[in-house]
Amino acid sequence: MAKNLNVTIKFWKQNGPKDKGHFETHELKNIPDDTSFLEALDIMNEELIAAGKEPFVFDHDCREGICGMCSLYINGTPHGKTERGATTCQLYMRRFKDGETITVEPWRSAAFPVIKDCMVDRSAFDKIMQAGGYTTVRTGAPQDANAILIPKQDADEAMDCASCIGCGACVAACKNGSAMLFVSSKVSQLALLPQGRPEAAKRAKDMVARMDELGFGNCTNTRACEAVCPKCETIANIARLNREFIKAKLAD
Amino acid sequence: MWLFNSSIGRKLVMSITGLALVLFVTFHGCMNVVALISKDAYNTICALLGSNWYAIAATLGLALLVVIHIVYAFILNFQNRKARGNNKYAVTAKPDKVEWASQNMLVLGIIIIIGLLLHLKDFWYNMMFAEIIGQPLLGGLKPTDGFGYIKQTFSNPVIAALYVIWIVAIWFHLTHGMWSSMQTMGLSGHTWFNRWKCIGQIWSTVVMFLFLCVVLGFAIFPDQVGQCDFNLLPFAVK
Repeated sequence: MAKNLNVTIKFWKQNGPKDKGHFETHELKNIPDDTSFLEALDIMNEELIAAGKEPFVFDHDCREGICGMCSLYINGTPHGKTERGATTCQLYMRRFKDGETITVEPWRSAAFPVIKDCMVDRSAFDKIMQAGGYTTVRTGAPQDANAILIPKQDADEAMDCASCIGCGACVAACKNGSAMLFVSSKVSQLALLPQGRPEAAKRAKDMVARMDELGFGNCTNTRACEAVCPKCETIANIARLNREFIKAKLAD
Repeated sequence: MWLFNSSIGRKLVMSITGLALVLFVTFHGCMNVVALISKDAYNTICALLGSNWYAIAATLGLALLVVIHIVYAFILNFQNRKARGNNKYAVTAKPDKVEWASQNMLVLGIIIIIGLLLHLKDFWYNMMFAEIIGQPLLGGLKPTDGFGYIKQTFSNPVIAALYVIWIVAIWFHLTHGMWSSMQTMGLSGHTWFNRWKCIGQIWSTVVMFLFLCVVLGFAIFPDQVGQCDFNLLPFAVK
């Protein structure tokens, strides 16, 4: 049986990257526990609008756990305490206690400036991808699928790396503001496949250089990133990126 | 140069200097245990190292490693604080798999530097430095009487307690540092991650236990330790 909850939402308000920002609170009454957390925020926004206040701004898109758009730091954890392998949109009110105060903050990182409230600018990730997260191929007739044989294990692991949705939870969780889990997943998804090998060295160097340039921190292997990654990426990817990068630099 | 201006390069410098220091600490720990067994054997080692050219050269190399490791630590930390931004989270929940040591390496490192200064004052200053400047009785004992200096230092329970804190700090630092350096060098993965973690844990525990034995041995049983006859030991130089 569904039961209803009363919770207090303590949410971050900030007018643009330069503003200092502050917390505001709102009490939500009688929220069914099978409401998703984002739906609860929608209800809150309707109440705020009805009261003549400015609604709370947050990112969301597919609400199916696929797109990586939702990005809320809930009670000290990126995406909140979801079941492993889920983003904010897959967090339900049943994960909270009746009467609880839920603190909602944006991803806090110098490389992710706040646009408004809890919506942050994650275009730094796109810039890293543009630096080398692709393969250069001539278009034309596709070749036979079996022309290049790839061990099942490698194909699976490349797919696991590719499942990184670039939500930025790794950066949000890292005390160093490092983007190494994201970059290493994006380098790995191609490094593990023969099609990605010809440009592997250049890719590792260019993507790491762009990452450094954009102001992300240095990885110190705290493993906070893999603990919160909604797609279960692991730091084995970071070791692979380190290997690719060091090999490429030594070969120069 | 990528060892200075790329994040992975800087981390590589940290891991290589760190591992070299682990090797030194291991060697140092093994040497110390000799003091628990035989006074004469230990002082023979002290005389062998003393202020000979190779010992001084090695000390300078070691000092360079320490300085690089510390300077890089502060550079990395400064950059990481900048990357984190000025706004701190109001609430943070530490995930279970994040180890305390991994998030406090700088604090542990600073405790280790303070301990190191105390340690250099207690031993290196009275021993190698005394010999270099030609004032052999700087600390009241002969510069090669390492055994005497250990006894003198740990007869003070406060100093012994400080050394125990120091040893625990180094242990924490190494339990994270050892596997972390392998990870940074890229020599890790799904299989080797757990292996390095296990090796690092055992290695640092054994080495720091050796140090702890010497401190506690000299603090609690100052008259019983090091009493084996040097000539009865299998490696004695006859």
